Amino acid sequence: MKMALAGQPNCGKSTIFNYVSGYKAVTSNFPGTTVKYTASKIYVDGYTCECIDLPGTYSLTSTDAAEYESRKHLMSGGIDVIINVVDASLLSRSLELTFQLMELEIPMVLCLNMVDEAHRKGIEIDLKKLSSILGIPVVETIGVKGKGLKELFSEALNIFKKARKAETIKYSRDVEEIIELMTAYLKDDLRVPKRLAAIKLLEGDETFIAMISDRDGDLSKRVTELQNILSNRHGRSSDMVISSERHSQAMNIFEQAAEVVHPPKGDIRVQVDNIVMHPYVGYVILVLVFYGFFNFVFGIGERAEGPLMGLFEFFTQRLGETMGSKTVGFLVLNGALQGIAGGIAIVLPYLVPFLIGLAFLEDVGYLPRVAFLMDSFMHRIGLHGKSVFPLILGYGCNVPAIMATRILESERDRFIVSVLASLVPCAARTTIIFGLVAFFISPNAALAIYALNIAVIALSGRILSMILPEVTPGMIMEIPVYHLPSIRSTLAKSWYRIREFIVIAWPLLIVGSVILSLMEFWGMDQFINAMLWPITYLVGLPEAVGTTLIFGVLRKELSMIMLIQALGTPHILTVMSKMQVLVFTVFVVFYIPCLATIAVLWREIGSKRALLTVLFTLILATGLALAARVLGAFIW
Amino acid sequence: MITTLDRIRTKKNVKVVDVLGGWGLRRHVSQLGIHPGDILTVLRHAAMGGPILIMIHGSQIAIGRGMASHISVEDAE
Repeated sequence: MKMALAGQPNCGKSTIFNYVSGYKAVTSNFPGTTVKYTASKIYVDGYTCECIDLPGTYSLTSTDAAEYESRKHLMSGGIDVIINVVDASLLSRSLELTFQLMELEIPMVLCLNMVDEAHRKGIEIDLKKLSSILGIPVVETIGVKGKGLKELFSEALNIFKKARKAETIKYSRDVEEIIELMTAYLKDDLRVPKRLAAIKLLEGDETFIAMISDRDGDLSKRVTELQNILSNRHGRSSDMVISSERHSQAMNIFEQAAEVVHPPKGDIRVQVDNIVMHPYVGYVILVLVFYGFFNFVFGIGERAEGPLMGLFEFFTQRLGETMGSKTVGFLVLNGALQGIAGGIAIVLPYLVPFLIGLAFLEDVGYLPRVAFLMDSFMHRIGLHGKSVFPLILGYGCNVPAIMATRILESERDRFIVSVLASLVPCAARTTIIFGLVAFFISPNAALAIYALNIAVIALSGRILSMILPEVTPGMIMEIPVYHLPSIRSTLAKSWYRIREFIVIAWPLLIVGSVILSLMEFWGMDQFINAMLWPITYLVGLPEAVGTTLIFGVLRKELSMIMLIQALGTPHILTVMSKMQVLVFTVFVVFYIPCLATIAVLWREIGSKRALLTVLFTLILATGLALAARVLGAFIW
Repeated sequence: MITTLDRIRTKKNVKVVDVLGGWGLRRHVSQLGIHPGDILTVLRHAAMGGPILIMIHGSQIAIGRGMASHISVEDAE
């Protein structure tokens, strides 16, 4: 049996999903966290079921790629039970989607999630009444606390066993009349219930219109006729007529089944927003938040990096003394030790606080505020506020960031933001910026790299949108209320991302170190270094770093770990000047995205554009590294 | 008096009269719960021609200036 969690964005589907499946889907407090479905086997009352977490969708007519994914699943015919998750504090608006899901005529349960939030707003919902009006079971839950979830899934199983299909909501008589006429024209070959198809056709849903116009020109004419009747009778377009119908039915049901017992209490969160979203103070806070975040990460990382490096150096020395430093055995062990040391002493000290901090910002609900504040800047680049989400997520990892472009409506925006997101210094590159520049030069130099990076991204965005001019319709998005993140889910999310490093990147670091160690032993690294000599010579780096740049394409952290290996010492300043450290970091931050990023670019924007991006970043990195060299020559 | 949403002062309540503009824009606006006849409050305007923030049916929605100029509203006080 297949269950699907469906609902509007940010209503807590993934939180519920994670509660029953273990942490498998990323949760955050902004609309559009889930852009791709996640499936898991779960056990309900002794039965094994498959549970699918779908991206949030405001209606069954999709506006972006993430919503399209949901709709595809819901209409595939493979879903046995729909669990419609609803933010109880936004019941009336949410019901508009509920009606459309009911039109799919699949057994369905309504999950009233975040009832605590509704209580705070003074909304009391009569479950029995709501259930009897809608004709489907209704269960109250508080997803973050796991309250009511057992009942929810039992109820879903129950309704599946009874195979009771959801009935559809009826609209006003004259609209029903037209829907009936439309339904009569349709044949049985549509894979979705006829009534649903009829309504969507009257709404002018592009996908449905395209589906029928392919095979039946006559039917297309009928659709236009009926649309015209609707709009003539009501004095507005047919899609507005239908959405208004849904809206008034939803308000109706809300009034019958719910009561606003008291006006929302003076909420401290409103006061917070008065400051955070203030036209001037808001920007000061924005800068302070990110500056504080930077210092938090550096403060923790710096304290750990020094002592841990010292410890590993001691081990290496002892190893050399006992085994003799010219044997193959020592080289293999030493390479492995360097890889382990790099992970523990350089990557993790910065990665752990960084990912926990990012998870906190996501969960508390700050990112939508950033989108609000940044909208006018993004317009100057030729994009709009929503593009801020993928870009900020890029600081964690470019791969999910590029996936997150699916929340953008236009294909052109998705392309531009994907390219820009691949330029954002991800957690791996952040560890390089911190571990090398902040540690060996100064924290301010590291900040300057971030500032340079933002300027380059803004400029690249401007140029790309000049090449691909398009008037963006602008931003419209929900700004969710703040939530005090649950420590459990924030830590679970951070762990979910840290594990990525430990399981995938770290073994690669260790193996890479060993390989480089052996290559040096047999003199093979000189061959690669000679090949890359034009670049290293041009930007003024030691020839020995050539190999590290190749390894860096696999994983960005590798280029730093390898650097220590290639130079033969963790005391980098004894063999490289500060200027060279800066040049190296600038080059590594901007050049070719890592393999995983290239792969996701390939899939999301196509092979040609992905390769162009690679070429573009290589040229960009070389140019910027040269500039850093010139600048460095002035300073030092 | 009928005007457009982008011209409404902060803290004012207005009633939505109509959503002008193409199919995509209308769908987008209605999906977020903004329909003719609804009452909404303008909470704030962002600096430098940025979006406006409104409260409608208990949720806060940010709307870009350009989009807001397609929503016609009238005084609800």
